[in-house]
Amino acid sequence: MRRSPVIARRELSSYFYSPIAYVVMVIFLFICGVLFFEDFQPGHVAAMRSLFEWMVFLLVFAIPVLSMGLMSQEWATGTIETLMTAPVEETDVIIGKFLGSLGFFLVLLAPTMIYVLMLVIYSPSFDFGPIFSGYLGIVLVGALFISIGLFCSSLTRSQVVAAVSAAAILFAITIVPMWLGQRTTLGWFLRGVADQMVFRRYTDFSRGVIDTGNLIFFLATTAVFLFLSVKALESRRWR
Amino acid sequence: MISVSELTKVYGQTLAVDHISFDVPEGQIVGFLGPNGAGKSTTLKILTCYLPPTSGGATIAGFNIFHQSEQVREKLGYLPENCPLYTEMKVEEYLDFRGRLRGMDRELRRKRIDYVIERCWLPSVRTKTIGHLSKGFRQRVGLADALLHNPPVLILDEPTVGLDPAQIRESRKLIKELGGDHTVMLSTHILPEVEAVCDRAIVIASGKIVAQGTPDELRQSRRMQARVLVECRAPAKELAVAMERVSGVREVEVISNGAKDSHYVTAALRPKEGYDVREEAARTVIQHGWPLREVRLESATLEEFFVQVTASQAMASGAGGEQ
Repeated sequence: MRRSPVIARRELSSYFYSPIAYVVMVIFLFICGVLFFEDFQPGHVAAMRSLFEWMVFLLVFAIPVLSMGLMSQEWATGTIETLMTAPVEETDVIIGKFLGSLGFFLVLLAPTMIYVLMLVIYSPSFDFGPIFSGYLGIVLVGALFISIGLFCSSLTRSQVVAAVSAAAILFAITIVPMWLGQRTTLGWFLRGVADQMVFRRYTDFSRGVIDTGNLIFFLATTAVFLFLSVKALESRRWR
Repeated sequence: MISVSELTKVYGQTLAVDHISFDVPEGQIVGFLGPNGAGKSTTLKILTCYLPPTSGGATIAGFNIFHQSEQVREKLGYLPENCPLYTEMKVEEYLDFRGRLRGMDRELRRKRIDYVIERCWLPSVRTKTIGHLSKGFRQRVGLADALLHNPPVLILDEPTVGLDPAQIRESRKLIKELGGDHTVMLSTHILPEVEAVCDRAIVIASGKIVAQGTPDELRQSRRMQARVLVECRAPAKELAVAMERVSGVREVEVISNGAKDSHYVTAALRPKEGYDVREEAARTVIQHGWPLREVRLESATLEEFFVQVTASQAMASGAGGEQ
């Protein structure tokens, strides 16, 4: 993993040359702004909880677009060959790409700190705890989503296929279980599955609860998809 | 420096590389020659540790490509086919990234980047974005990257494809200069390239090595003995008979000059080893009273050789497929 930072740095800087990254950023921040000001009114609770929960849905569509090119572009242009014939390991590449993308995600998230500042100004007595845990949770969700996007991207040379398949997986593990969970008449199995999925686990964070179980869920699933991405990259050797 | 033994690569059902073995001594420039789809790129991808061989092995600078892949890759500069680059980066930025990737420290990177930019005629585009460069410049950026860490072995996959004639000449000159300091293996399907650049050629067709040697050796090999062409106005059959009687002639083939020039025919004579049949052939024609237009020694080209060996290989494998 010696060379991961080198790859991460290049990946992060390449986002700033990509028009699609700016488009995603603008749309994401615009919607976040609208959602925040829905809530930011006299009489409402000074918190960002509903914004955080909406963000998860936005990320289901935003992250696949950000992660689609991570590996598929390397396959499509053939740069993978120059990359893998340098003395680097598959793990270096995947970890580097992941960190670079996570870096851009943090950049994407940074402007929403303005809302925290506004809360501080207009409601000096508000509670920082849920804000902190909310951000921690959203970063963990982002990391998981990026690792899934990276995995999809390392399976295909087409960015469109990578984006669509990643969005489908994210939809299936986030929005579908949330919708199922709202139904009162649900078999014990489906109920159990729905409760284990991303959204239910995230809501704890947005409420201000940092549960070790949830923390481990996000870290472990992220690690699994990173591992699968490494295997997908290695698969050229046994195909 | 490069030693390949019994290297084989199978993709699913297709045999791409079929038990090839060869050695490249230090400092030599070797041309890897073959028609498209012969297995050149596959072999080079295996040598650069991008793909593993199905069986067999190779060592580069003493390191095994399978078990010591990281050391091999440190000793290696590779220019892949079509020269893929990150198009959004600037030339200097890209080389700096590649240097970091190879773990070169700041001082060394600065020194080597200056050197390769000078060496590959890139100073004018140093701060330009790679995506805006012409094909020729991109190829040189790829070559600069391959040279960046001063590797003892350079592997170049079709380094002159897509360049204009002036650029081709420059690239060849550069590659030729690199020989000696570096061991170079380049693949191509262009024959003059081998004659212009390489110390030795390895001809590959359908995954097998069909010939190897210096360009001169290949030219002199039996299959491509020179022919003497005698062009005169004569009846084809009689000319053939007369030419066969010339001492030292092994084989005669009479070629018609076509409808436009139907009076003239050309007899192609294949002389036996060590005979020069031109004088006697000319005398014979004149004795018969046939107007003689030209007697010419056809200089054998590598091209002819190449077509012969690869065509016979393709025919052999085609016949094999039908059985």
